[in-house]
Amino acid sequence: MLVDSYKFLPRSFRPLYEGRGAFPGEEAPVWTPFAKRLSESRLALLSSAGIYVKASQPTFDLDREQEHPEWGDPTWRSIPATARPEDIAVAHLHINDEDLLADPEIALPMRALDELAREGVVGGAVANHVAVMGYQDRRLEDWHGTTAGEIVAHLRNEDADGVILAPA
Amino acid sequence: MPVLARWIEAAGIPTVVVTMMPAVAEERRAPRIVGVEFPFGHAFGMPHDRAMQRRTLELALRVLAGAETFRTRIDLDVEWRVPVREAYRAWQPKVPSPIVRKLLETRSRGST
Repeated sequence: MLVDSYKFLPRSFRPLYEGRGAFPGEEAPVWTPFAKRLSESRLALLSSAGIYVKASQPTFDLDREQEHPEWGDPTWRSIPATARPEDIAVAHLHINDEDLLADPEIALPMRALDELAREGVVGGAVANHVAVMGYQDRRLEDWHGTTAGEIVAHLRNEDADGVILAPA
Repeated sequence: MPVLARWIEAAGIPTVVVTMMPAVAEERRAPRIVGVEFPFGHAFGMPHDRAMQRRTLELALRVLAGAETFRTRIDLDVEWRVPVREAYRAWQPKVPSPIVRKLLETRSRGST
């Protein structure tokens, strides 16, 4: 089966995504071989659903986005793998958050990954996964200049052997 | 997200992107791609459907660890169980996002 990439996208949005080619300066192949066996690897998850920990973290800045619709909060959150579904909040103005709040696993499957770790399919999960809010200014300047570097440092610190990224 | 994956990959950590727009991830030259025909906000499947979520995650792991070449794409052969029109409405925010509101206002001003 070949996925229809535009099945759920409003028709008027399609030209914003289709046929735009590579991001400027990002044409060349990038490749890091996955060196270990999965059963000996530590995996990290990264969601762009605007997830954060309600009790201890600030929300993504939606007020500023309301004032400046082309802007999106470029910061990131470290989500403890032990966070319970009821600890999770969602700040994302471009999706309905009802299903995400009912079951955050649909964006950040931390429990499913732990289950695979318990079964020995993967070696383990990082102690802290990563969350961003996917609506960003078109040029991705803050993500490129600041956020990406911080996330890479975090993933290295967590000894991540690989990352599963999931856009919202 | 595909661009963020490229930056992480370039820093030496292998990545896979699980996405409902795999054609866009290919254009954006993400290193490894899993396509899912799911509504936005639901990369791993339906809420509380553990089997579906696990199946998606397992395919992501297989592509992450097993892909041999740059821009490998494998699509998940799972159909969304909700009728398209209903699912299309359900994923969208109840209030249009600021940018959509702005575009709609610009458009309606242009037509008057």
